[in-house]
Amino acid sequence: MGIGFLLNGERVEAEGPPTRTLLDWLREERSLTGTKEGCNEGDCGACTVMVTDERGARALNACILFLPQLAGKAVRTVEGIAGPDGELHPVQRAMVDHHGSQCGFCTPGFVVAMAAAHLNGDTDFDTALAGNLCRCTGYAPILRAAEAASREPVPEWMRDAVPGGAPAAVGVEAGPGAGDLPPAEGWAGRRDDAVATVATEPGTGPVPEAKGQRGETVGGTASLGTGAPPPVALPPRPEAAGAAMLPESADALAAWYMANPDATLVAGATDVGLWVTKGLRELPKVAFLHRARDLARIEVGPDAIRLGAGATMTEVLAAVEGRFPSWARLIRRYGSAQVRSAATLGGNIANGSPIGDNPPALIALGAVLHLRRGDARRTMPLESFFLAYGRQDRQPGEFVEAVTIPATAPAFRVYKLSKRFDQDISAVCGGFDMTVEGGTVTAARIAFGGMAGVPKRATAVEAALVGRPWTSETVAAAMPAFAEDFAPLSDMRASAAYRLEAAGGMLMRYHAELSGAETDVREVAP
Amino acid sequence: MTVGLRETHDSATLHVTGQARYVDDIPAPSGCLHLAFGLSDVARGRLLSLDLSAVRAAPGVVDVMAADDLRRPADCSPSVHDEPLLCDGPIHYLGQPLFLVIATSHLAARKAVRLAVAEVAEERPILTIEEALAADSRFEDGPRVWTKGDTDTAMAAAPRRLRGSVEMGGQEHFYLEGQAALALPGEGQMEVHSSTQHPSEIQHKVADALGLHMNDVRVVMRRMGGGFGGKESQGNALAIACAVAAERTGRACRMRYDRDDDMVITGKRHEFRIDYEVGFDGDGRLLAVDVIQYARCGWSQDLSLAVADRAMLHADNAYLIPAMRITSHRLKTNTQSATAFRGFGGPQGMLGMERIVEHVARDLGRDPVEVRRLNFYAAPKEGGPGTGRRFTGAHSRPPEPPTTPYGMEVTDFLLHEMTEELLASSDFEARRAAIRDWNARSPILKKGLAYAPVKFGISFTLSHLNQAGALVNVYRDGSVLLNHGGTEMGQGLHRKVTQIAASRLGIPVERVRISATDTTKVPNTSATAASSGADLNGMAVQAACDTLRDRMAAHLAGLHQTAPERVEFEGGMVTVGGQALTWDAAVEACYLGRVSLSATGFYATPDLEWDRLRGRGRPFFYFSYGCSVTEVVIDTLTGENRILRADILHDCGSSLNPALDIGQIEGGYVQGAGWLTTEELVWDDKGRLRTHAPSTYKIPAVSDRPAVFNVRLWDAPNRAATVYRSKAVGEPPFMLGISAFLALSDACAATGPHWPDLHAPATPERVRAAVTRARG
Repeated sequence: MGIGFLLNGERVEAEGPPTRTLLDWLREERSLTGTKEGCNEGDCGACTVMVTDERGARALNACILFLPQLAGKAVRTVEGIAGPDGELHPVQRAMVDHHGSQCGFCTPGFVVAMAAAHLNGDTDFDTALAGNLCRCTGYAPILRAAEAASREPVPEWMRDAVPGGAPAAVGVEAGPGAGDLPPAEGWAGRRDDAVATVATEPGTGPVPEAKGQRGETVGGTASLGTGAPPPVALPPRPEAAGAAMLPESADALAAWYMANPDATLVAGATDVGLWVTKGLRELPKVAFLHRARDLARIEVGPDAIRLGAGATMTEVLAAVEGRFPSWARLIRRYGSAQVRSAATLGGNIANGSPIGDNPPALIALGAVLHLRRGDARRTMPLESFFLAYGRQDRQPGEFVEAVTIPATAPAFRVYKLSKRFDQDISAVCGGFDMTVEGGTVTAARIAFGGMAGVPKRATAVEAALVGRPWTSETVAAAMPAFAEDFAPLSDMRASAAYRLEAAGGMLMRYHAELSGAETDVREVAP
Repeated sequence: MTVGLRETHDSATLHVTGQARYVDDIPAPSGCLHLAFGLSDVARGRLLSLDLSAVRAAPGVVDVMAADDLRRPADCSPSVHDEPLLCDGPIHYLGQPLFLVIATSHLAARKAVRLAVAEVAEERPILTIEEALAADSRFEDGPRVWTKGDTDTAMAAAPRRLRGSVEMGGQEHFYLEGQAALALPGEGQMEVHSSTQHPSEIQHKVADALGLHMNDVRVVMRRMGGGFGGKESQGNALAIACAVAAERTGRACRMRYDRDDDMVITGKRHEFRIDYEVGFDGDGRLLAVDVIQYARCGWSQDLSLAVADRAMLHADNAYLIPAMRITSHRLKTNTQSATAFRGFGGPQGMLGMERIVEHVARDLGRDPVEVRRLNFYAAPKEGGPGTGRRFTGAHSRPPEPPTTPYGMEVTDFLLHEMTEELLASSDFEARRAAIRDWNARSPILKKGLAYAPVKFGISFTLSHLNQAGALVNVYRDGSVLLNHGGTEMGQGLHRKVTQIAASRLGIPVERVRISATDTTKVPNTSATAASSGADLNGMAVQAACDTLRDRMAAHLAGLHQTAPERVEFEGGMVTVGGQALTWDAAVEACYLGRVSLSATGFYATPDLEWDRLRGRGRPFFYFSYGCSVTEVVIDTLTGENRILRADILHDCGSSLNPALDIGQIEGGYVQGAGWLTTEELVWDDKGRLRTHAPSTYKIPAVSDRPAVFNVRLWDAPNRAATVYRSKAVGEPPFMLGISAFLALSDACAATGPHWPDLHAPATPERVRAAVTRARG
């Protein structure tokens, strides 16, 4: 009894504690050693696998993917990328022909990420491969290979039949209603069993060193209740007796979490995964949220967009791309394709990172946060949710259900500053939205991540702008206000003084960009 | 002939299908145990007591070892026996292994180490170059000083003088495959699989730790998932730990570092500060250079003396300097022991010189490219005296022998012609003018453009290491198995060597297989390092193949009543006195004729003579050259920056395999640019490395490669008699990345009239600071 899924086209069952990672299972139980451990934290891509479900095929990091997250899905490792008779996949052939491997250790991860992009017809390789690090080649031959392979057709063997139904296009408003997903055939969980009660580990607060922008805990902690939908109990193991719950809807989650406020909620595991692989924590009681598809729904109305907490960042990106190009540019730099396809918007908010990346953008947009505890719901401006470092305005058993933002904000911009452009945690992230009427600033919403213990509005800076002409003089005069709003820290990402300077620089950039000046180094051609 | 062809990496198909096996992929024998080190969480002090009771009681733990539990003292140092495997009292850095856990799984071992309670008398650590200087904490008695000419007098007489300083950070190797080892005990012997660039060193250190002779220890290395110098000595601890634990338990033991442990335990590139004073004339001619190099070596000596020597050996880079003093401080600090990393000190020494030339050019308001060319070593005299060619030009120096600061004559200097060609092919002048205009119109973004040359000395500076051996077996079916002392870490060494073997024997490369590097096949090998892999091992393999060929030719000539010289090996055929045999038939004939079809080969690099204490001699067999032009753009508001285009012309002699060589150049450039831009190591004031995982330490990602990336080979035979007149290519291209740093400095300089004084790595924060300085 365990978790059933397709592995390289073959039905398998996996057993183990609910926090066993796919990577360890592949290497230790299946001897599929093509999938490599490079960092064990989702940053290098050497463990990339392809996972297909009703939302389509995508590349994910196996090192921070827990087995219950695979129930009813199809997994393809590098060993399953070549054809059944050993015929190389076009990306494999191209990698050989273009000398795309040197030491070869990152290569399986690249091959799988490339094969997933190839399957999806994605040719934006800088984005698709940003989560795969290579230390040997300088990437040039890999890009040549990716481009060459993109002209070849998708081999038939790559199209996995998903046990839960035909792959559906990932799209806005495409999510099914609460609880109406048919149970996946390949999923062999014991749906009638009660959740095993286990010793409670106190707290699921921030790990000693929170890894910043990623994060999927939509909630924190809680006790067993009744009336909950059928949970899945995994056989306990001596080293980590535990139980996992896979609610099929937000309602089911709400009821169960109310009764189990000490549980850890896992959406994509891109943050909680590190609690396990790096923090070596045991999570005695876990709910995996990915099957509650109603929690992932994105609804676009004439005036507002409601983003479900369970929407992955890939889904959020698709939804906001046309409306908020600046936010879309930010999301493309958020984690990597592998991380964005797992990480959820709600997790990024709920984990309360002081950097966040989405929170500064959302606060500037005037986002409203929807929290739910049992059947009780409440809303608040997003900025009010973040109380202090590591502390949010969330009650036991309460979880993030959605965020609402306005449907348009033409003057909205968000800027991310980090040492490396892609897949790096921000030193500073600044969101700006402003209304200018007759040359005068009439309203301003400015928020920063990385400048305080929480994502925070720059109220003094806003006050220094509102009511004044929208000119570079006004912007210059607002500079001292940054020190009123923020007293940032110095750390390995940036010094306090530089953070203040760069935040001010972002306001200048905002003014210059709205005035039509060229401000983005990524837009400059050689 | 297969030499010179663009053959793919010998493991390419295995790589792309996931079949290529690395140390941790080798199937574990049943009962295999897994190890983890417990690490110090203070940087300096004395270990008073270690309570390991909770560790012993943890699930899955089989045994725990502290220093006292070792049967013999085990040392990991590649140089001076100053690295105990487990702490024997003094704590030298935060991350030092204190004890060893032997458990039934990797995870169980990792969990258990966290349960130890260490009592430590903490002392104030020495972390920075400044603190080490203040405490006079160093290796060797004092600084090493090499001189050429009378620097003080020449400096005093120079029309102009400048002083400055440049800081450059270290660099984490970030090999994608972390350190790993597996030890298999049996019959009083030990077999070790180690991800190492230096199997013979592992063999030596394991034998020493177990009290065995070297013939009792076998070390096997099939391939590494990247090395870059980080597996020259840093794998010793794991291999020794596995061997010690395997001896103690009688079971196979394996160990791999979790990435965070890997970064916290192992050494990195040396961080340097270089202070300088330079005397020059109004044209920018260098007259006197006084350079002081401060190297932060970390807690143990490791390879630091040789690294610091190589920094001194490249303090001139490509320039003839009449009077020069190079002073080198090798500072001992309570940090990870800095170690070998591609370039091995060369990049630091070279960046110091390039910084001086740039400073001189800015000071004079002269074109930095012209100042560079003005100071180049002279081109070699073609044809020698009496050929009618005059050795003078517009800027040429009086015909003084072109001698390095360490007294080696530069006889193969290619950069005059290479520079000319690169500036033309990269359209340098026109782009520079266009950038000037663009910058004038762009208030926030500024572009920069820079050219940089590389002259890199090839040979181990520890002269006895310049030797290699090979073993070639020809089987009855005509298949060939070869083994040599070099290791494969991605550079394609095995492919190049098979190409050499196939060329010597006149057969297709497919007939030649290279087995894993194995100390039982070829003894006493040197590390695959110093770019020497193909130069040394290729020659040894060539010698072995020639021996076999000569034996076969002699036998076949006898059979056909002809002279051995008339036997030819080409295209899979052996032609004997006009009669053609297939290679397979020729091999079978030799077998039946009782000819030995197994041969060894050996090579020692000639003409080396080096006195490192005096800094005089001929440490290098030859020089490799390269040059690059990089264009960047910076955001003056935040310092964010990006490489837009890179053009490279690199000298590989007669390339053994242009595809592999271009791969080394592209990869080396991006790695070098990473060192100088996004890759920043940060320690806090407790000595804790804060950038200990890819989430915090940022090597270049795919979009960081230059959007336009033109790489070409300067294809001309090596003047030195190397294998097929090729040149080494592993390290030199790394330093091509210096042009990215100079281009960033150029962009900063475009924002104001003052010297931007940019330091490395040029993170957005440092670029922004340089913009502020440039504006004044």
